[in-house]
Amino acid sequence: MNAKQKIQNIIESNDVVLFMKGTPDMPQCGFSMAVANVLKMLNIKFNGVNVLEDEEIRNEIKVFSDWPTIPQVYIKGEFIGGCDIVKEMFEKKELQSLLDEKKISYKK
Amino acid sequence: MAIKQVEIEILLKEGFPDADIYVQDLAGDDNHFSAKIKSAQFKGKSRVQQHQMVYNALKGKMGNELHALALTTEEK
Repeated sequence: MNAKQKIQNIIESNDVVLFMKGTPDMPQCGFSMAVANVLKMLNIKFNGVNVLEDEEIRNEIKVFSDWPTIPQVYIKGEFIGGCDIVKEMFEKKELQSLLDEKKISYKK
Repeated sequence: MAIKQVEIEILLKEGFPDADIYVQDLAGDDNHFSAKIKSAQFKGKSRVQQHQMVYNALKGKMGNELHALALTTEEK
């Protein structure tokens, strides 16, 4: 399986995926931590993919999403954005509406 | 790797000639910036598309010379 297929596979088999530096419990970058914290605050079940452990995924995800930085969030296979967008959506309650729309449970 | 604030401003002004652009060097280290861009070009685009347009204007510097850019985009 090449990196692109691996990414495809991950985002298809998990409702919410966070491509990040480090793990949800031990983020290695402030931006990854900020997004992980938003998802945790909402009690969302998500799959954290540590790109520092897989150089191929780290490089390919930027091409795959046409997005130059990490973290990146996918919900039901759809690219949602990076740290700025996820935080802004959370603050404006747009993230919560999206979760409702996609039928993903979270703490209200 | 680092980049000067003025370089970012020049690239953004080239990409968005109509825009109100406000760039700030957050830590004074040529590495962590914020940018607010208000342009008519963002009309009808999703937030992801708007940010992608900004990254395109930065010509591959984002994620390389430019480590961190907190981005806010708005329609004019």
